[in-house]
Amino acid sequence: MTKIAKRIYVSLIFLFLYAPIGTLIVLSFNASKTRSKWGGFTLKWYASLVRDGDIMEALVNTLLIAVISSLVATIIGTISCIAMSNMKRKTRTVLMGVTNIPMLNADIVTGISLMLLFISLGLRFGFGTILLSHITFNIPYVILCVMPRMKQLNPSTYEAALDLGASHLTAFFKVKLPDLMPGILSGFLMAFTMSLDDFIITHFTKGAGVDTLSTKIYTEVKKGIKPEMYALSTIIFLTVLILLFLVNMAPNKDKKEIKNKENKSL
Amino acid sequence: MQKELIKLEHISKSFDGEMVLDDLNLNIQENEFVTLLGPSGCGKTTTLRILGGFVNPDTGRVIFDDKDITKIPPNKRQLNTVFQKYALFTHMTIADNIAFGLKIKNKPKSYIDDKIKYALKLVNLEGYEKRMPDSLSGGQQQRIAIARAIVNEPKVLLLDEPLGALDLKLRQEMQYELIRMKNELGITFIYVTHDQEEALTMSDKIVVMNQGYIQQIGSPEAIYNEPENAFVADFIGDSNIIGATMVQDKLVEILGAKFACVDTGFGTNKPVDVVIRPEDVELVEPENGIIQGVVTHLIFKGVHYEMEVMANGYEWLVHSTTLFPVGKEVGIKVDPFNIQIMNKPESEDEEAVAIDI
Amino acid sequence: MTSKRKFLATPYVFWSVLFIIVPLCMIFYYGLTDKTGAFTLENIAAIATAEHSKALWLSLLLSVISTIICFFLAYPLAMILANMKVNQHSFIILIFILPMWMNFLLRTLAWQTLLEKTGVINSVLSFFGLPGLNIINTPYAIILGMVYNFLPFMVLPLYNALSKIDENVINAAKDLGANKIQTFFRIILPLSVPGIISGITMVFVPALTTFVISTLLGGSKILLIGNVIEQEFTQASNWHLGSGLSIVLMLFIIINMIISTVFDKDGEGAML
Repeated sequence: MTKIAKRIYVSLIFLFLYAPIGTLIVLSFNASKTRSKWGGFTLKWYASLVRDGDIMEALVNTLLIAVISSLVATIIGTISCIAMSNMKRKTRTVLMGVTNIPMLNADIVTGISLMLLFISLGLRFGFGTILLSHITFNIPYVILCVMPRMKQLNPSTYEAALDLGASHLTAFFKVKLPDLMPGILSGFLMAFTMSLDDFIITHFTKGAGVDTLSTKIYTEVKKGIKPEMYALSTIIFLTVLILLFLVNMAPNKDKKEIKNKENKSL
Repeated sequence: MQKELIKLEHISKSFDGEMVLDDLNLNIQENEFVTLLGPSGCGKTTTLRILGGFVNPDTGRVIFDDKDITKIPPNKRQLNTVFQKYALFTHMTIADNIAFGLKIKNKPKSYIDDKIKYALKLVNLEGYEKRMPDSLSGGQQQRIAIARAIVNEPKVLLLDEPLGALDLKLRQEMQYELIRMKNELGITFIYVTHDQEEALTMSDKIVVMNQGYIQQIGSPEAIYNEPENAFVADFIGDSNIIGATMVQDKLVEILGAKFACVDTGFGTNKPVDVVIRPEDVELVEPENGIIQGVVTHLIFKGVHYEMEVMANGYEWLVHSTTLFPVGKEVGIKVDPFNIQIMNKPESEDEEAVAIDI
Repeated sequence: MTSKRKFLATPYVFWSVLFIIVPLCMIFYYGLTDKTGAFTLENIAAIATAEHSKALWLSLLLSVISTIICFFLAYPLAMILANMKVNQHSFIILIFILPMWMNFLLRTLAWQTLLEKTGVINSVLSFFGLPGLNIINTPYAIILGMVYNFLPFMVLPLYNALSKIDENVINAAKDLGANKIQTFFRIILPLSVPGIISGITMVFVPALTTFVISTLLGGSKILLIGNVIEQEFTQASNWHLGSGLSIVLMLFIIINMIISTVFDKDGEGAML
């Protein structure tokens, strides 16, 4: 394959992945209320978005659930990783196997099973049940991000800290945790993303009257999506895009320099 | 005279604008054990990869058996490589690893089976056919990598720091193994290493490289005893490298004292570098020495004592089986044959190199 | 200290038992009982009825096709990305995760706009004088939706597996006489098997069980097994039947899991 053919191929795939996103962004500026017609450029959906109480409430729910569930999942997941690295091989394998279930199982089955659980526990369906479900499916993502990092850890650094007089607690917070940080961060980010994007599990575990953006959109499908939704998702997407590029640019520079140095010494 | 098998002509290569090899010329004879020796970044691995066909030189030609193979891809070359860190196929058994090249060439099964047996015997790993690479130790994996290469009966075996990942004892064992294999196979070995001891032990010919240039080509003895410049002298073993003045033929002034030597043709009153190996420095009673000094350090090294002697402003490194305690006044004498005179480095580049090391 | 640290896992052990194991047991309980609580296999046998088996068959067909398409689209892409050799591992992963920040339902719905008779794609096609594409509300649109949504889950494990292959291993194959095609089939492809397996799992399972994509792109007439189960729970409120069908669905997932553990012992092909 020549270089040009490769470029074209990669571009086509990215076009495929990002075309719907482009479409949604365009639709958010569409003055016409129907999707299929271009009625001229407008910003009115962005203005009316703030006044739409329903959407705002769903947005708050979505963000709250995403933040809380990914934070809790990150804490539980990280602690479990530390515990698991000290376990016997067999116990660890069993626990990792259980951890993998929500990842490998179908979302619909996970959603249904949690719904059945909540019913038999007599819980009231609502914000709380959604949160419990999200924590449940988020923990595996955190563990999957932190565990490999855990395995790469050089145990000597922790021992060196102890040797230099640090207590176990200090050694953990000053040495081990910073070493694990990249894994923990990507686990958190992953969990946050998954929670934000989830529809299926939320669909089965939410109660009447409580909506996240996903479930709100689903109920709107039949009667037509409010254009304010497009405006909102455009804002979310662009915010994340800008944030991620800012974050990603900074550490990449360092890496490049190190890489260059390595090349030179070869 | 042996047949010339490989010729590298005017090879240059740069990566990202950085010169790695600069107009390199090198001839390699048939059935030779040639070692490319130098510090990391000297271009030795790049040279090997150009021979293997994994890197295309920017300029120059690679001549193999009187044919230009510069543009020939690696799978069409009659050379095989033993890679750094082995590069075994982890998804195949040992037998399949070794058989890989032969299966590609569609050799009959009985031939392949014989070859596997022969190769495993050669590397002392009989009976390992069914094992997976991951279940082998580093040294064993290294042997398999060699077996995998040699079953293809290459005319040349390229070895890229093959012993780098092994521990000292295993490394020494493998050095003898490699010499034995080379003699048994009767093919050319081109060996890349940064370990001068390895190079001295195994090679017929050593090519000392630094910063993309060949510094010296010669037999291990020649490289050790008659280094052509300060870089080579310093890189190969310990030595005293001292700035001096060539007073006239066969007379050199070192640190203000006149020493007899055997070199001629350097001109008169010309600044030079002299190399004196630590074992060639003789310590005698002060009145019998050419210059006098005081022993400042003493370490017992097993076969000999290593001492440092401060004399005329230079700390001489001395290896001797006779002990001179710290603080003792001694005289220094050197046999004229053991004084190696070298021209001062001409370019700034070379100068920089000498300081670098 | 070490022995104490083990007990840090206690909260998670409780959590996973309560929210992973027990719920699964409940599905089995509901699936294997009737409304009176008596044991029955009827809910599982219900898969054999014409309506249900048709939905299952269609789900299997569409998910297999989507998985295959994803594989053939993703493999060359993953190879190209892995060969770029730039130190941009996290950046490449990011590019594929980024779309998830735009709501999954909206993204899928956007395809309706793109695929409509007078939509963007047909306008482009007619501009080039090509016949229009009329696949909205057909199984083809569902396949497109599946491929679109799950392609990243195929690309990432493949990319991961391929970029782990040591360059010198490939060089060694060439050195031993293998040409590009031989190197690919004998070295690169077998070494990427863990990535292939986890990629297939991660596309096949959600594709097999989806009910959203079929709802959004297939119109209301095409029922997949996911739709049937969803309806049993949300509309018909027959949890026993829904659980029974879920057990059948899980059977396929378990088969998939077994295959993947056999091939990928160390879990190396995991997504990140």
